[in-house]
Order: sequence, then structure tokens, then C-alpha cells
Amino acid sequence: MSMSPSDTSNKKKPKKDTVANATVDGTIAGKEQMTLMKNKRLDLSYVQMKWETVFRRILIVMSVIMLIVVAGILATLIVQSWPSIKSLGIGYLWGKVWDPVNNVYGAFPFLIGTLLTSFTALIISVPFSYAISIYLGEYNTKGWLSNLLKNTIELIAAVPSIIYGFWALFVLVPIVRSFEMKIGVAPYGVGVCSASLVLAVMIIPYAASLGTSLIRMVPSPLKEGAYALGATRFEVIRSVILPYTRSGLFAGILLSLGRALGETMAVTVLIGNTSAIANSFKEVFFGPGNTMASVIANEFAEADHPVYLSALIELGLVLFFVTVIINLIGKRIITRYTHH
Amino acid sequence: MDARIGIRNTKSMLFKGLIVFLAFVITLPLIIVLLYIIKQGVMQVNWHFLTHVPAPEGEKGGGIANALVGSVIIVGQSSVLAIPIGILAGIYLSENPGTKLAYYTGLCVDVLQGVPSIVVGIVVYFWLVKPLGFSAASGSIALTIMMLPIVIRATEHTLLLLPPSLKEAALSLGVPYHRVILKVIVPCGFAGILSGIILSIARIIGETAPLLFTALGNNYLSFAVTKPMESLPHIIFTYATSPYDDQHDLAWGASFILLMFVLFLNIVTKLITRKWNIQL
Repeated sequence: MSMSPSDTSNKKKPKKDTVANATVDGTIAGKEQMTLMKNKRLDLSYVQMKWETVFRRILIVMSVIMLIVVAGILATLIVQSWPSIKSLGIGYLWGKVWDPVNNVYGAFPFLIGTLLTSFTALIISVPFSYAISIYLGEYNTKGWLSNLLKNTIELIAAVPSIIYGFWALFVLVPIVRSFEMKIGVAPYGVGVCSASLVLAVMIIPYAASLGTSLIRMVPSPLKEGAYALGATRFEVIRSVILPYTRSGLFAGILLSLGRALGETMAVTVLIGNTSAIANSFKEVFFGPGNTMASVIANEFAEADHPVYLSALIELGLVLFFVTVIINLIGKRIITRYTHH
Repeated sequence: MDARIGIRNTKSMLFKGLIVFLAFVITLPLIIVLLYIIKQGVMQVNWHFLTHVPAPEGEKGGGIANALVGSVIIVGQSSVLAIPIGILAGIYLSENPGTKLAYYTGLCVDVLQGVPSIVVGIVVYFWLVKPLGFSAASGSIALTIMMLPIVIRATEHTLLLLPPSLKEAALSLGVPYHRVILKVIVPCGFAGILSGIILSIARIIGETAPLLFTALGNNYLSFAVTKPMESLPHIIFTYATSPYDDQHDLAWGASFILLMFVLFLNIVTKLITRKWNIQL
């Protein structure tokens, strides 16, 4: 401590020199070996470091690919539907006549067809998906029967939609047709009614599996408190479980709806493909129609006029926005719900 | 007082009965569809059916060899593309949570999951088919876009479940980052990633809409990926809506094979997830 800075520097300098001299004096072969080993290790770690940065870059590039794909989809849809947006304007969406032969395009019949099939399917499916959620989430959470039902419900989503469509065309449509004869409407068989029935079955798993996991997450102290106050099981479900999971179950229904809006093949086979709107609701519901997805599937290949083609793509653009927004809202609700 | 408890208990019992009834009655449509497809399809399937191309319209016999080969090639190409991209993007998402890029990539994955398959079909039509013509390769690209979100989410969720100590231990031993990920983290989450991949293949092998305007269809056996190619779901769609009974028979047989394949893949996924106790 008492030493001045100049003293220490004077004392250390010669020491450093001797160390340097000692290495210089050492055998030449040993020194070379040491530097060689050092270099090799350095090279190796340089290679590793290079690979590390390359790997990190590859990861970034792969996730940027996803951004490019989505941006590309959006850009392509907008660019390709621009002629129709420009020449038909916003009125395109509620134009009631779709007549490609005379160059008249109105998307209203398809909007109605899509909304009608999707919401009918949703209304039919909601009681079932709630029942499955409550049964698997509350009444029977473990054991082989619960597992069997859970796996069976998941299989409903696994069957390709074209197979549902094919089966329904040959089995369900004749049944619907005979029912239509009984109630006295034109017996088409194919149409909104058949399509909705098949759609209803197809979209159940999406809401049901989400609902099941959410109901299982209800804290048991809440339920036990209600039981301790003398509530029956029905009352616990009605006034504890369902209110607690309300927003999550709603998100599940949104996901189902998104699925129903975009579903193509089963509906294309079953809807009957008519672009005219019938006059009465009964005829609309039991008669043939068209949805946005089915009209694209049916007419895209034969669209020869540029405005015709781009009118179809504009339908795809609308479909894209609607399904994406519904899905994102549903996902947002789920993440917010599961984080609480 | 007693009477009210009686009413409440009966209400509870009735509600349970209703729930059980609704929950189980909805499996009936699935069982009916499965049995019907099996009944109609199993008679069609024989060696001749698997090794011949469809007979001309109105003639008996023929098979679906072209669709089988086409489906395998198209789905195989999509897997080759989607599996590496999906796994690497999934690794990025699980390794860098909270970065801006991860947020937007996650958003894009969610968007892609919700995009209707027909929209993917028309977009790939403008990307590849309009400049280059109908081809099996363009169909594969469309299916890759459908497959990616499933693989990415499966990878991400599996890797997030792994304990961070695993990675920390490997890093503290001086193992470079890319080897930590490829030799330690990915093998540990292998079962989860694998089941995600199998599930995504099961999902896309039945997709028809993206193939309508890309791979188109082909009545003859074709191995050329730059030419139109038939596939199982597409042959079902074309023959289901045709007026000929013989073609319906072909479609039933094709449905049976497609259904068995999808069920098999789903059961394999179930076995993997149950053995390694994974939540997808």
C-alpha cells in the first residue's frame, strides 16, 4: 500500500522480460507443437462458432419463410381480385344476381349460403359439443370409457371431408329427400339442409376437445365450496362450472365456426350448386344453394373472363379475412383464458 | 323441504342422463360412416384394384394404382419440404419466445391454421400453375402450406415442455448451441415432434380442395412431378360426382383405402403420445 505506482512498474518490468526470455529459450519443437495445438483448437472453435451463427441464421430464415408465405397469400389474393374490386366496387357483396354469361356478378347468394349452412351447423352442434365437454370434463374424467369417447370424438375430425361428402351423397341425401317429400317442399335432397347436417357433425370435435380441457381446469375448491353449500351436481355445473368457463367455451364455438365457414369439399358435393336465391325461407333452406367455398371449387376452372375469375378470387379474399379474424379472436380468448 | 330436495335431485339425475345421451349419440354418425365405407369398399379392394389404372367410362374393372402412387408422391414431397422447415421454425419459436419475429411468426402460424384449404389452392394456382402449368409439384407446395402450421406448433409445444436444465447442462459443458439443439433438445422431444408430423400427414392426405387446381388429376399412371397427377381424395371427388356405377365402386374402394390409412396414422399417433405421455 505504501509503495508508489512507479515502484511497482519498475519491479514488474524485469520479471515480465524474464518470463518472455524463458519461453524464447525453450525447445523449438515444443513451442511449435504448442502453437499448433493452440491453432487447431482455435480453428475448431472458430468452425463451431461459425456453425452456431449459421444455425441461428437458419432458424431465423425458417420463421421468416412463414411470414413470407402468409404475406404472399394475402398479396396474391388482393392483386388477383383487384380487377373485380375496381370494376364491381363494394356493391359486389350484396349484388343479388350472379350471372357470368351476362357479366353480372353479385356475391349475396354465396354469403347467404355460407352463413346459413355454417350457423345451422353451429346451432345443431353446440348442444352436442357442450354435452361432450361436460361429460368428459366433469362426470367422467378418467378410465377407459372416457378415453374411448375422447378418441372417438377426435376421429370424427380425422375423417377426410370428401369421405363425409361422398357418404352423405349416397346415404343422407335420399333420407333428406324423403323427408322433404313428406313436408311438401321440392324434393331436391341436396341443398343447405343436407350440407348443414354433415357440417354439424364435422365441426363438433373442435369445440368439444377445447371445452373438455377447459372444464377440467376449473379449480376444485370452487366446486367443493358449492357442494358444501348443498348444491346438487346439476347446480354446480350450471352456476359454477359453466359461468367459470363461459369465455373459453365461446372461443371453442368460434373455432368450430371458422372451420364451418371454410369447409369446402363436403359442402361442394352436397350443396347442389345453384346461384339463384329462392323466394321463401323454406325453399332456401331445403333447396340447393352455393357457398363461397363451393362456388370457387366449382367455377374456378371454367372462369374464362378476367372479371369472372377475379370476382371468384375476391370471394376467396373475403373468406380468408372472415375465417382468419374469427380464428384469431378465438385463439386470443383461449390464451387470455389459460393464462389467468 | 324434503320434496324440494327430491325435485332438485331428480333434476340433477335427468340432466346427467341428457348429457350422457347427447355425448354418446354423436358417435353414431361416425360409426355409421365408418361401417358403410368399410361395407362398400372392402369388396372392391383386391390385387387387380391396387395395380391397375381406372377403366374407361362405362366399363367394368380397373383400379386406382395411379391415385395411390400419386398420393404417395405428392404427400412425400410435401413432407420432405414441410418437416425440416416446420421443425426449424418450431425450434425458433420455442427458443426465442418474446421476440418480435417470434410473435409475428406465431401469428402467421395461427393465420395459416385458419386459412380455408380452397384459398390455399387458388393462391398456389397463381404462384406456380399459371406460369408453369398443372403439376404434382404445385400440389405438394399447396399441401406443404397446410402441413407447416401443425408441425411447427407440435415442435414448439413439445420443446417448451422440456426442462430448461437439460439445455443449461449441455451448454455448461461447452457444447456449441447447434449441437445442444440437434443432439440434446430435439432427441428428447422426438416423440412429440414425430406424432405432430404423423398427425399432419394424416390431415393433408385427405385434402382435396388444394389439389383441385394444382395437381389436377390424371387417368394414367404418372411418375413425372412436373405433370398433372391423380391422388386418392381427388379420384374420390371426381368419381363420386360421376353418373356411372362402376366409377362409384372405384370411389368406394378408394375411400376405404384412404380411410384405413388415415385411421392407421391416427392410431399410431395415439400410441406414441400415450407411450411417451405427450399432450398435443
